[in-house]
Order: sequence, then C-alpha cells, then structure tokens
Amino acid sequence: MVAPIPVALIPLLPFAAFAVNILAGRWLKHRAAWLSVATSTLACALAIPLCWQVFRGAHFAHQATWLMLGEVPLQFGYLLDPLSSTLLFMVTIVGTLIQVYAMGYMRGDPRYSRFFAYVSLFMAAMLTVVISNNYLLFFMAWEIMGLCSYLLIGFYFEKDSAANACKKAFLTTRVGDIGFLIGFLTLFAAIGTLNFSEMNSIISGAGATPLNTTLLSFAAFFIFCGTIGKSAQFPLHVWLPDAMEGPTPVSALIHAATMVAAGVFLVARSFTLFAAAPNVLPVVTAIGTITAFGAAFIALTQHDIKRVLAYSTISQLGYMVTALGLSGLGAGTFHLITHAFFKALLFLGAGSVIHGTHVQDIREMGGLFKKMPSTAVTFIIASLALAGIPPLSGFWSKDEILLTAFASGHTFVFGVLLLTAFMTAFYMFRLIFLTFFGEARNPKVHAHESPALMTLPLWALAVGSVVIGIPGSPFMHHWFQKFMAHASHYPEYEPSLFVMACSIAAAVAGILLAGVVYLKQKHWAENTAKAFRPLYLLSFNKFYIDELYSAYIVKPFHAIGRILFGFDETVVDGAVNGTGYATMLLSRIKNWIDIHIVDGFVNFTGAFAYFLNSFTKRLQTGFIQNYLLIVVAAVLAFLIFELKSI
Amino acid sequence: MASHILSWIVFTPLLGAFAVLFVPQRSTHLIKWITLSTTIVVFGLACVALGFFQASQGGFQMIERALWIPQFNVQYLLGTDGISFPMVFLTAIISLLACLGSFGIKEREKEYFFLYLLLETGMMGTFVALDLFLFYVFWEVVLVPMYFLIGIWGGPRREYAAIKFFLYTLAGSLFMLLGILGVYFAASPHTFDMTQLVGMTRGLWFQKVVFLAFFLGFAIKVPIFPFHTWLPDAHVEAPTPISVILAGVLLKMGTYGFFRFSYPLFPDAAVWFQPAMAVLAILGIVYGGFVALAQTDFKKMVAYSSVSHMGFVLLGLAAMNANGFRGAMLQMFTHGTITGGLFLLVGVLYDRAHSRDLNGFGGLGAQMPAYAGILTFFSLASLGLPAMSGFVSEFLVLLGSYQYSKVVTGLSTLGIILAATYLLYMVQRVLLGKLNPKWAALTDINFKEVLTLAPLMVLILAIGVYPRIILDYMIPTLDALLKIVKG
Repeated sequence: MVAPIPVALIPLLPFAAFAVNILAGRWLKHRAAWLSVATSTLACALAIPLCWQVFRGAHFAHQATWLMLGEVPLQFGYLLDPLSSTLLFMVTIVGTLIQVYAMGYMRGDPRYSRFFAYVSLFMAAMLTVVISNNYLLFFMAWEIMGLCSYLLIGFYFEKDSAANACKKAFLTTRVGDIGFLIGFLTLFAAIGTLNFSEMNSIISGAGATPLNTTLLSFAAFFIFCGTIGKSAQFPLHVWLPDAMEGPTPVSALIHAATMVAAGVFLVARSFTLFAAAPNVLPVVTAIGTITAFGAAFIALTQHDIKRVLAYSTISQLGYMVTALGLSGLGAGTFHLITHAFFKALLFLGAGSVIHGTHVQDIREMGGLFKKMPSTAVTFIIASLALAGIPPLSGFWSKDEILLTAFASGHTFVFGVLLLTAFMTAFYMFRLIFLTFFGEARNPKVHAHESPALMTLPLWALAVGSVVIGIPGSPFMHHWFQKFMAHASHYPEYEPSLFVMACSIAAAVAGILLAGVVYLKQKHWAENTAKAFRPLYLLSFNKFYIDELYSAYIVKPFHAIGRILFGFDETVVDGAVNGTGYATMLLSRIKNWIDIHIVDGFVNFTGAFAYFLNSFTKRLQTGFIQNYLLIVVAAVLAFLIFELKSI
Repeated sequence: MASHILSWIVFTPLLGAFAVLFVPQRSTHLIKWITLSTTIVVFGLACVALGFFQASQGGFQMIERALWIPQFNVQYLLGTDGISFPMVFLTAIISLLACLGSFGIKEREKEYFFLYLLLETGMMGTFVALDLFLFYVFWEVVLVPMYFLIGIWGGPRREYAAIKFFLYTLAGSLFMLLGILGVYFAASPHTFDMTQLVGMTRGLWFQKVVFLAFFLGFAIKVPIFPFHTWLPDAHVEAPTPISVILAGVLLKMGTYGFFRFSYPLFPDAAVWFQPAMAVLAILGIVYGGFVALAQTDFKKMVAYSSVSHMGFVLLGLAAMNANGFRGAMLQMFTHGTITGGLFLLVGVLYDRAHSRDLNGFGGLGAQMPAYAGILTFFSLASLGLPAMSGFVSEFLVLLGSYQYSKVVTGLSTLGIILAATYLLYMVQRVLLGKLNPKWAALTDINFKEVLTLAPLMVLILAIGVYPRIILDYMIPTLDALLKIVKG
C-alpha cells in the first residue's frame, strides 16, 4: 500500500537542512540549528502518524526503478513494516531531542552551522536506512552515515587524537562494509534480487526453485560483517571508544542510539536470510556474547566518563546481536529501542557533566549531585534502566534477551549474559558514585547545572527511558513481541520468573557492590586491582587489541606499500629506464661501429687509394722526355721479348 | 551543420588553434579568451550532438563518410555510439575546465594554447574515428602536443618525463599499427572500415596475435600494470591542466580502444584472454592501491590511484557481462571527472604553497575551509562513497565480476579498502591536525577555481544519485557489443 503522504519527505527534509546549512551556514549562524531542529521535528511529525498506522496493522511500500542490473530492474523505495516503523519512531524522536540538546551544548562553537549540517545529513541517511526497501539503498545510506560519523568524530580536527580517531572509525567500519557489500553481491547471485520483501518471499516460499543454501550462508555471513563493523562488535569494535573524540551530542546520537544500532537493524532486516542459513546464527551468537562480556569487562576500569559509556554501548550492542543470533528478533529489536533512549540520555548526561565541569576524567569529579541535580537525577534513572531495575525500560528488554537465551537452552550464553548484567550494574554505579557522590576531588572544578535547553531533553529522554519498555512488558501483554512476531516468524517463549529473579539479583548485586567499593571501602578497588593485576591490566589496556592491530595490520600495510613502491621504482620502472639506457648504449656502440668500422672502411678505401697513389703519382712527373723514355724502353722491352721467341 | 556535427566537434579546436596563431604573442588575454571560447563552442556542439543522439539505438550514429586515400581504401569515416559519445562529452567538459585552469600559464602562452587546442582535436578525433587508419592518425596526433605541453611547461624533470611518455606510448602504438595492418590485409576486400570489419570472421590464432598487438598499444595508454611507470612521471611533471587532461581523457583512450576495437574485432581472443585480463586488473587495483599508500608526493599519490581505479575498468571488461561492461564504461567517465578534479585540487594547493609534500602540510582544514570541503568531497568520491558516481561504477563492476569469479571479486575489494586508506591518510595529512605555521598565509580557494570544480561535483553527484542519466545512453550499445563478444 502506498502511504498517504510522500514518505521520501521524511529523509529529504533533514537533507534539505543539510544542503542549506552547508552552503549558507556562514550567513545563517545560529539559525542553522533552528533549521536542523525544525526539519527534524517536521520529519518526526510526519513519521509518527505513519508509525501509528503501522502499529495498528497497516503496511506501506512503494518503489520505482533506479537502475538496471543486467536484465533485472533494481527498484528503490520505502518499506514501512513493523520493524522499520519501530525504528522510525525511535530515530525521529531521539534524534530531534538530541538536536535540541545540541543547540545548547554547541553554543559558541566557531563551526556551529557545520555541526548542524552534518547532523542533518546524518539524520537523512539514518532515516533512509530505516525506511529503505532494498540492500543497495540501505548500503548507500549506511555509508553516508559512516561519512557523517567520520566528519563528526573529526569535528575538532585540530586535535591529532580526533584526526586519528575519525580515520580509524571510517577505515575499520569500511572493512566490515566491504564484507556487507560482498554479502549482498552473493545474495544477488543466489536469489537474483536485493529487495527485502522479494527476498523474504523467495526464501520463505521456497519450493519453486531449490535454494543454494551454501551461497545463502555465505551471503548471511558477509552481511553480518557489516554489523560487526557498524555495531562495533568484536573484532572490529576498536573504533567506537576512540569515536568519543566527537562532540558529545554526536556520541549520543550516532555512537549510541542510532547508527551503531543500525548494524543490529541490518541483521533484523535480514532475519529471513539468517533463519535460512542456520550455520551462521551460532557465529552471530558467539560474536555477540564475546562482545557483550569483553566490553563490559573493559568498562570496569576506564576513567573517562565517555569511554565507560562507549564500552557499555558496545556491550549492550553485543546483547542485541546475541539475541538475534538466538533467533530472538523481538528481544533484540526491543532492546535496541529501549537502549537508544537510556543510552542517549546517559551520553547527554555525560555531556552535561562535561559542559558543567570541563573535565572528562571521573577521578577529578565527585559530589556533583547537589550542583547539577537535573543531570544527576536523569543520569541515575538512565543507569537504573541500563542496569535492568524494574519497572524501567531496560529491565523488560534485557529480561527478554535473557529469557531467549535461557529458554532456547543456551545456558552458557545465559550465564555469560547474566554475569555481564552484573558487571553492567557495577560499572554504571561506579561511574555514578564517583561522579555525583562523595566529595569533590578536584578543587579546581567549578561545576554548574546546564541551561534548560539541555536539561529539558534530558527529562524528556528520562520519561522515555521509564515508559518505553511498557509495550513489551506484561502490562501490555507483551504487545511489542507479538507485533514483531506477526511480521516474521520466530520462536516465542513464556515469561519465566526464574530469569526475572536472576536478572534483578544480578543488577542489585552490582549496584550494591559498587556502592560498598566506591562509597564505603574505598581501598577495596585498589587492593583488588593489585591482587588481580594481570586481569586489571587486561581490562585497563582493552585486551591490547589496538596494539595488536597496529603491529600486525596497520604497520604491515604501510610496509607493503613502501616495498611495492620500491619494487615499482627499481624493477618495473627500472626495466623501462633499463630499456632506454640499453637502447642508448646500443646506439653508442653502433655509433662507434659506424664511425670506426663502417665509415672506417669507406675512409680506408679512400686512404688506401691515396696510399697507392703515393707511388704511382711519382710517375706523373710532367716532363715529356721522361714519358718518351718510358715509351722507348717499353718498345725495346717488347721487341726483345718478341725477338727472343723467334 | 547537423549532418557534419562530429566533424565540427573534431575540427573546431583546430580552427581555434589557427586563430591563436594569428594573434600577436603579447596579446595573451586575447589568446586565452579565444581558446576558452573555442572550448565552450566545442562543449556547446557536444550538447547539440547530445540532442541528436538516439539513446535507444545500439549502432553507430551521425556517420560521416568520404573516401580519403582511394588507393588503400582509406576513408574519412566518423561516427559515434553509446561507447564513444560519453567519451566525447567527457572530453568536451574536461577540455573546457582544464582550459579555465590554464589561465595561470605565464610563459609562451601562444604556443601553449595552440598546442592545447591541437590536443583537443586529436582526442575528439580518436573517439569518433571509425576508420582504423584515421583512428591511428588521431591517436598519434594526441602524442605530439602532449609531448611539448609536458616538455616545455612541466616541472624540473619535464624533459625526461616527456620523452618517456612519448617513446613509451609510441612504442606501444607501433605494435598497434602492425595489428591494424594485419587486420587490413586479412580482410577481403582490404578495408579499414570498422562498420565492415566487425562482421567479418577471423581465425582464433590470428585473433590472438593481433589482439596482443592492439593490447600493447592500449595497455600502455591505460596504463595497465606493468606498463604504468610513465604515468607517475608524466603526472608529476606536467602542469596542472595537462595532468587533468591526461587523467581525464588520455587514459580513457586505452580502455576505449578495448571497447571499440579489441573486443568487437577479436571476440574469440577476448574470451581466450579473459583470465589474463582479470589477473592484470587485480594486479593493477591492488598494486596501485598499495603504492599510492606509500606516496609522499600529493600528485604521485593521485597518479597511482589512477592505476588502481583504471584497474576497475579492466576488471569490468574482463567480466564480459552486462553489469561488468556498464560498470567499466561508467568508471571511465567517473574516473575522468573525479581524478580530474583531484588533480585540479593538487594544483590549487601547489599554486599557493609551491609544495606537494604530503608530510609537510597539516591543519589546512581551518586555514582553507572551502578548499578542505571540496578536497574532502573529491576524496570521498574517489574512495567510492555512495551517492557519488564512483560507487555506482565500482558496484556494477563488482557485480559483473562476481558473476565471472568470486575470488577475483574478493581480491579486488581489497583495492576499495586501500583507496579509503590512502585517501583518508592524505586528507588527514593535508587538512587535519594542527596548522603548520609555515602555511598561515595561504588563502582559501578562489571563485575561479571553484568554478572549474563545481561542474565536476554536479556531475559526480548527479550520476551517483541517479545513474540512469548516463547509463541509459550506454546500455543499448554495450548490450550489442556483448552479443558480438559472447555470440
């Protein structure tokens, strides 16, 4: 069904804001922000009624031919089904709130309009990813998001750390993206279409033509590489912590709520494909679980408030990926939505703290609760949601994932996720106790609460973090899960009190332990670090993965480049120049031969004739009597000769 | 005029060149404006021809035919189709923009602009000649002005570079001439006429030999690894606008040769050499990418990136299917616009800083914001960012090569990662980080320079967003070619 409004407007409005801001930002100045926020709000206003209709059972799709792939038309268009409308709902709301916040946060920045231009471009790309109906359009918008991420991480490009971080982010995700590209090329080879709906009907309605499951498995695996890159899953997670060099609203929008979640969305979007490739799902689960646990483990020891949140994001994305690997489409998507709200809130809260104190190291903070009450309260609400305390949103979605792991019989995964949940509660409350409670540790820090333009979005997101879980909770009879399951079929499990109890126990234990360690027994932390020094170093140095990559990938790459360049100059070009020199040498030799032998022979002939002539010329005396003498002598000789014979 | 539109396109620059000869040496303004107006007129003529061009027709159009040397059945035969017309259009645009970029030439302007216009005639003729003999003449006509343009107005090692360029390409084209003669004598009746030659059958052995002869001529021009080493030297020494022409148009003459002559004349040999072509393509893509990564000279980096990007054209050719051909053709056009733009940008920076040392820059993003934006734009286009034309062409090439070989496709994607690496590494070294105080006096890109770049940006975006605006012109011809090659 074609939607009642032109859906293309939803991404095009922010795109228009980008175009205006990038070209005329110099003259717009602070009005640039208003333009971005206004277009985003308008997109939101257009999107929400549509989403509402989809929530009530509608389904919108429309497409037109963009390109001919051989004989197959590639059709670009939109697809609004339960999955995409859920994301559309989240992205427009969270995106708009973050932009309002950014108006306050970025005030006074010399590149203010540029910032909003990039953010609007990002919104346009993200919205296109969400509503796109095929892999190619998805990929194109996905790459544009990557570009915005690059531009915004490198927003303070005068800092070398930011310049390195943005390059690292782009290149690392690019590796995954190339996998994604190969993935959908493989898919096209396997089923001859890149369209999501067509793919679903071909794969699920198989029978007419037997499917090549090997090729489908390869396609699923390579498409998953895109997720590994974009959603910062192990082993391509290294870019996300460094991406914190970007302005904090960007960390909230791109590197917490939306773009990094797009990788999870990609798996959800390709759910039928993954379901048809059962040997890829264990890989997905394994990657997700490793990431969830590993990142939480690193988060335990970090000092930078944003880095703790970054590792937390990686860990939570790992949760979502694990859920999808266990065929929990509803659980994974649900956590994606709730996480977007509370993690965006956490980042904005961290931004507010940084804005108020001008430091990012939690060791220099402390006792900020009284000075920044709005920030502190909303931050704590979000942390409770993340830790999984009922009835906040994070509890319901995390519980759903734990339930999926438990009920599908993956006890080990369940155990790891539970341990991760405990660590999550611990590191979040470590952050809270060090930041907002205790005494101020650095007297130079003069904290103040942020302006209303920043605190109002915090409160709005706090409300969201509380209530957004309700559609998936027993209060609404798990409406969300049924809504998702209605479109794609996957196993559903009965709620389990045991799982809920475990989840709550892990969260409470984590919070209590953090309270004891960081408020009461402050030497415990140091003693533990000393007692388990190798473990502590492993966590603090992020498993040394950056160092490994630098030594075994980045440096060899540059070395190969230099070696090949040397080869190019000496061997390949050497052959060319060698040919030239050889020709020159040959021509010199020939020149010598020509002068000394060929021409020498000619000259020799002349000289020889001259030489002979030096004798004969003596006969040419010019005296007539000499000639007469010779004639007489000759005649006499002749006569003697003739007479003798007689 | 309508029936001789191609002749007008080819010879208007020559008329302009003669007009330049009649202007006194000192009237440099007049010389520049004559040249600029000539290139504008040629561009206008190309637009007129676009109006006549029937996109749905696969065969040759706008044919002009006259007997030239009756004894050898040599004809003056021009015509265009979906393969050559995009190249004509590209040549018209690049020539116009590079002419604007030539306004900074400060010595011997008269000779420069005379040679410049002569060069345009040669390039246009190469793309529309349908008689092998005539094609060869135009092909060689290009060489002469290029030699002088590099050799006189180039950098410190200009003479070395110019001679290298001249001799290398000449050596290649002599093999091609032998091939042309082979084709001529093998045909009965003897003819150089492409419209007749295409339909004739030739033995496989003969095809292989002559394919190789043509290959040498074209491979050096493209350039295909390992025949590429003249390119970095020529690019580094050539003045900016000539680098733009070199990358934007001259390299395409090589790949155009494959499309126009090698494939339709020797289809069986083309199939036989398919694996070899694919291997050379991969080598070029990956090798060029790695070597570009090691460069410290901005211009040399762009030159090696050309080797890598032209490898994708070859890969599309090697794929020998609809998507591969479309991607390769589009990549030819795309590479002309993107790399042409990058060379212009190197020139903008060089004009101000008199340096191309990538390690010596840094932090120019704050000093030259508009320049930074445009350089970033072209770098992103070159690394194949979607919504820009390079992505569409590389995607189509990969789609085509995937149908041919998964391994080849997998390896070639390494080139895409490498492209992102060396381009972003370049962007970082030039634009990001702290400003080197040495460059605190550099002024931002000016309006005239933006004017030379803006049309390229529009084209790159337009094709990237809706590639059918150009692909629809190519597809019927390419499909017809595919029928000839695959039978």
